[in-house]
Amino acid sequence: MRRYITRQLVQLVVVVFGISLLAFGILHVLGDPVLLLLPQNAGKEEFERYRHLLGLDRPLYVQYWKFVSRAVLGDFGKSWYSDTPAFGLVLERMPPTIYLTLCGLLVALLIALPLGTVAALRRHSWVDTLCTTVAVAGQAAPIFWLGIMMIIVFSVRLRLLPASGYDGWQNFLMPSFCLGAALAPITMRLVRSGVIEVMNMEFIKTARAKGLAEGRVVVKHAFRNACIPVITVLGLQFGQLLGGAIITETVFAWPGVATLTVESIRNQDFPVVQCAVVLLALLIVAVNLIVDLVVGFIDPRIRTS
Amino acid sequence: MSVPPRVEVTPIGAAAPAEAGARHAAWSRLGRLRWGAAAAGVLLLIIASAVFAPLIAPHDPLAVDIRHRLSPPAWMDGGTHDHLLGTDQVGRDLLARMIYGGRVSLLVGVAAVLLSATIGVLLGLGAGYFGGNTDWTIMTIINVMLTFPFVLLALAVIAVLGPSLVNMIIVLGVAGWPIYARVVRAETLAIRERDFVVAGRALGMGHLRLIFRQIAPNLVSTIVVIATLQVAQVIVLESFLSFLGLGVQPPIPAWGNMLGEGRLYMLNSWWIATFPGLAIFVTTLVINLMGNALRDWLDPHLKL
Repeated sequence: MRRYITRQLVQLVVVVFGISLLAFGILHVLGDPVLLLLPQNAGKEEFERYRHLLGLDRPLYVQYWKFVSRAVLGDFGKSWYSDTPAFGLVLERMPPTIYLTLCGLLVALLIALPLGTVAALRRHSWVDTLCTTVAVAGQAAPIFWLGIMMIIVFSVRLRLLPASGYDGWQNFLMPSFCLGAALAPITMRLVRSGVIEVMNMEFIKTARAKGLAEGRVVVKHAFRNACIPVITVLGLQFGQLLGGAIITETVFAWPGVATLTVESIRNQDFPVVQCAVVLLALLIVAVNLIVDLVVGFIDPRIRTS
Repeated sequence: MSVPPRVEVTPIGAAAPAEAGARHAAWSRLGRLRWGAAAAGVLLLIIASAVFAPLIAPHDPLAVDIRHRLSPPAWMDGGTHDHLLGTDQVGRDLLARMIYGGRVSLLVGVAAVLLSATIGVLLGLGAGYFGGNTDWTIMTIINVMLTFPFVLLALAVIAVLGPSLVNMIIVLGVAGWPIYARVVRAETLAIRERDFVVAGRALGMGHLRLIFRQIAPNLVSTIVVIATLQVAQVIVLESFLSFLGLGVQPPIPAWGNMLGEGRLYMLNSWWIATFPGLAIFVTTLVINLMGNALRDWLDPHLKL
């Protein structure tokens, strides 16, 4: 177990280093902060003065070191737009994003677990066919379109739910469902194949031979074991889930990190964008690490592979 | 000499379901291939309508007609047959804009996929063939890239480069390569040990020849399958970026920016946002169906 943890931690360090390089590189190598900051008609001396002021005339590795040594302390510079620390701005918007992600995950599981299990137990039945069809269609529907269609139906036509805002539980319904619906198809397929695989195992035969009721066999023996691959893949898909949350946020004007990021891109407020990208990536890395450790703990085979 | 009694154990009903299962699998595979063929037909129609847009489109997609603004589709009260799917906020014909919009989506989808497939396949071949430090470096880059959600990376890069068609192709192309690299690497690792490669090496073939003449041809079907499925992904992302106003800029019609503009008018004019989204949905759906069928046909073992 210790070797497994060490390996995971080494990988973590490498990935975090990579993220910092990427976040730094996007602004300083691909783009030129001064070009983004100054009006286009600014003179050449003005550019040079700003470049010197921001330390951009120094070698890249010096700039990178400065960026990293500050970022470690949570200093991503001040927002160019509102003149407040970017770190605080992003951190403030983190909880809504996390809640939305969790709710989306919950909805996806509520859809996928029962349907996937039934589809696996009644393989090739109409339920299975229906699930597969819905899954194929669901994977093709873009989240942002689905969200807008839901707003048109439930907010504009039926006037049942608020189209945007962040005040009560009603606000959570549509975005969570939207995000959950996007994640459900792949989860359902995982649950289905997991349950099929487990149902063919010897211990299920034993359980049946013991005379256990079929319902108990499915719930206590098959389902629990089928959960391991589902947890692993869902954990590793957390990045995709967060990506989905980013899209969902922009549709429902959700006051989370993604909406902030898009606003900041429109305002050319780069420190905020950079900070948001780094923090979201770190969140994903942390979740992946936890999932890896938990799965390695549950299933010893994974540790050694 | 005693002959041990032969005991044949045939579990009741054991053979029958397996056979039925196999038959069912064969049928469902055939069914999927049929679906795939049908999907390919629809996709051809979409491609043809985009290519021949100037000939098919009932109106100029940029022609503003303020008198007929926000006119509903033909089958609703107040709709006219002149504008089958209605008009947008400045009276441009929605059907014409959708037909032209397909050009952007398909162009970006294909171009970005070509770019990312090229990068991904080259790196994947390199990692799988050379192994060692090359492999480690490339795999680490892949892990870092896969940690970043695709959307986040695209947003961050567009923020710096500024929104435009070419930038979007570059971003989506550069952000999308890890999936090809990962699959190609895994396949290369397996093929590298096969007899014909070993024989080639024994004959004194160089690395390049071994990689491109001996190994790569075996990967074509896998790459085609992934690339097909990725086109759908890229189209959705392109639409999302355009939807946010970070992709193709108005007045050039793209499904994404039409959807984004339509959002502002969804209170009274649902059709402006609905139809472009439907176009994205149908296109993605048929590409996915076709990709799944291709996988069944070319490479049934591939797990994606």
